[in-house]
Amino acid sequence: MESTIEVRNLAKRFGNFEAVKDVSFTVRKGDVFGFLGPNGAGKSTTIRCLLSLIRPNAGSIRLFGKDLQKERSAILSNVGSIIEKPDFYKYMSARKNLEVFARISGADVDASDIQKMLEFVGLGDRGAHKVSGFSHGMKQRLGIAQTLLHDPDLIVLDEPTTGLDPQGIVEVRNLILRLKNEQHKTILLSSHQLSEIELIANRMVIINKGTSIIEGEVAELLNSGELIVVFTLDDARRAADLVQEAFPQTKVKALSDGELEIITSGIEVPRINAYLTQQAFLVHAIEPKRKLEDYFMKIIAQ
Amino acid sequence: MLRKNTYNEFVKILSKPRSYLGIGALTLLILIIVLAMKADGKSILSFVTASFEQTLSFSGNVLNGNLVAFIVLQMLIVHVPLLVALVTGDLISGEAAMGTIRMLASKPISRTQIVLSKFLAGATYTLILILWMGFLAVIFSGWVFGKGDLIVLNSDGLVILKEADVAWRFGAGFLVAFLALLTVSSLSICLSAFAENSIGPIVATMAIIILFTIIGSLDVTVFDSIKPYLFTTHMASWRSFFENPVRMDSIWQSVIVLIIHNVIFVGVALWKFNRKDITS
Repeated sequence: MESTIEVRNLAKRFGNFEAVKDVSFTVRKGDVFGFLGPNGAGKSTTIRCLLSLIRPNAGSIRLFGKDLQKERSAILSNVGSIIEKPDFYKYMSARKNLEVFARISGADVDASDIQKMLEFVGLGDRGAHKVSGFSHGMKQRLGIAQTLLHDPDLIVLDEPTTGLDPQGIVEVRNLILRLKNEQHKTILLSSHQLSEIELIANRMVIINKGTSIIEGEVAELLNSGELIVVFTLDDARRAADLVQEAFPQTKVKALSDGELEIITSGIEVPRINAYLTQQAFLVHAIEPKRKLEDYFMKIIAQ
Repeated sequence: MLRKNTYNEFVKILSKPRSYLGIGALTLLILIIVLAMKADGKSILSFVTASFEQTLSFSGNVLNGNLVAFIVLQMLIVHVPLLVALVTGDLISGEAAMGTIRMLASKPISRTQIVLSKFLAGATYTLILILWMGFLAVIFSGWVFGKGDLIVLNSDGLVILKEADVAWRFGAGFLVAFLALLTVSSLSICLSAFAENSIGPIVATMAIIILFTIIGSLDVTVFDSIKPYLFTTHMASWRSFFENPVRMDSIWQSVIVLIIHNVIFVGVALWKFNRKDITS
C-alpha cells in the first residue's frame, strides 16, 4: 500500500540530551495512525521534525514519497497540523486568523471556503469574534478548521485533546472521526488519551525513550494477548461459577452482583455471550476493559 | 508567497493596538509642540536669536511652519526609534511567545521568506510612521504658522534657507531619517529572531541605541575609531540637508553605513531563524 509518511532512524539531540534516538515508522494512505508514548518519549520532537519545525541530526523523513529536506514547500502544502494547543492571533477574529493562514497555505481559499470550514467545526456564527474570547475547546476546533482549509491529504494532530474538558474531548474526537469517515484523510494522531487511539486509530506505533518499540495494526496488537472483558448481567456470582466450569481456560471473577470480569482470548467472547444467553442470563453490556492502557503499560515496562 | 506573507504581516501589525499607540503618541507630541510654539514660540525664538540681534536684523514671518517642522523633527527623531521598536521588536519573538510560530513555520513558506516578509512589513510601518510625522510636521505646521524662510542654528552658526529651497530638503531629510529608522527596525527584528518573548528585543534595541549614542557623544579618544561605524552616529544625518552648502559626501557616507547595518541585521536574522529549532 502507498505510504504517506516514512520515517527511518530519526534522531534529534538538544545539546547533550537525546530527545529522539532511533524512531522509524510508516503511515499508509488512509490510515488513522496512533502515535503513542509516555511523556518525554520524543513524540512531539518527532512530530516537529515531520513538520520541519525541528531539524533532525540523523535519519530520513519522506512524506508522499518525497524527501522533506529537499521538497519542503511542496510537501507542507499538502499537510495540515495542530501541534499541542493551537495558538492564534488573539487580537484578530477567527475569520481573519483563517484568512491569514489560508494565504500561505499554498492553495486558493476564498471567503466562502473559510465560512464553510467555520461551519464544519461548529463556529459558523463566531467568525467575527476575536479569538481572545474563545474557550480552549473553541480554539481547538478553530485549529482543526485551520488544518483543513487547504484540503490537505495528511493531517498531523499532536495531543489535540490536551486541556479539554470531557465535552471538548468528545467534540474533537467526533471531528476526527468525521475527517476519517467523510473526507478519508490520512491522520497521524498523537495522544495521551489511549482510549481515544483505541477508538479511532487503525494502526499505531509506540515509542519510549526516543526509540520506536512496536508498530502495527491496533486490532492485531491488542488481540495478540489476552483480553479483559466485563459483562454486565444479572446474578454475576452464579454466572461466574457456570462460565468457569464451561470455559476452564478462562479466568473469571465476579466484580459485583451485576459485573463479571473474564480474562480470555478475543475469540471466546461471543461463545461466552451465547452460553450465558442460553443459560437465561440477561446480558446488558459487554465492554473491553481498557485494553490499550494495559497493553501500553506492558510494552513500556519491557 | 513573499508578497502574500508580507501582506499577512502588515495585517497583523495593523490589527495590534500597540501599532496605533506609536501613531497616537506621535500625533499628540506634535500637537503639543505646535500648541506650545503657538502659545510661546515668539519668546522662545527671541531667546535663541538674541545673541545675533546686535549684528543681524530679523524681519518677516520667522516663526513659520518650516521652522516648527524642523523643531518637531529635531525633538522627535530621538523618540521615534522607541515607537518603531515597540512594533517591530516582537514581529518574530511575539509569534514565539504566542505560539503561532509553530503554525507559521509549518506552512509551505520558507523561513527566509518569513523573515523577509516581516522586515518588509516593518519597513512599511516605519514608512507610514515617518510619512505621518512628515505630514503633521510640515503640512500641519505650515497650515498653522504659514510659510517663510527657514532659520537653522547649527554648530557653524546661523543658516538661512529660502522658503523655495526648503521643501526638497525636508523630502530628502525624511528619506534619510526613514533609512535611520529602518535600521532600528532591522535591529529589533534581528534581536527578535533570538528571543522567545515580546519585551526582550524591544528593551534590547533601546539599550543598544542608548549605549551607542552615549559612546558617540563621549569625547574619549579610544572611541573615536569606532564612532563612524556606529549606526547611531548617522541617525541625525538628515540634518545635513539643512546646511548650506549641503555636504553630500557626509550624507552618502551615512547612507552607506546605514544600508550596511540593515544588510547585516537582516542577514543575521536570516541566519539565526533558518537554523532555529522551534520548540516553543
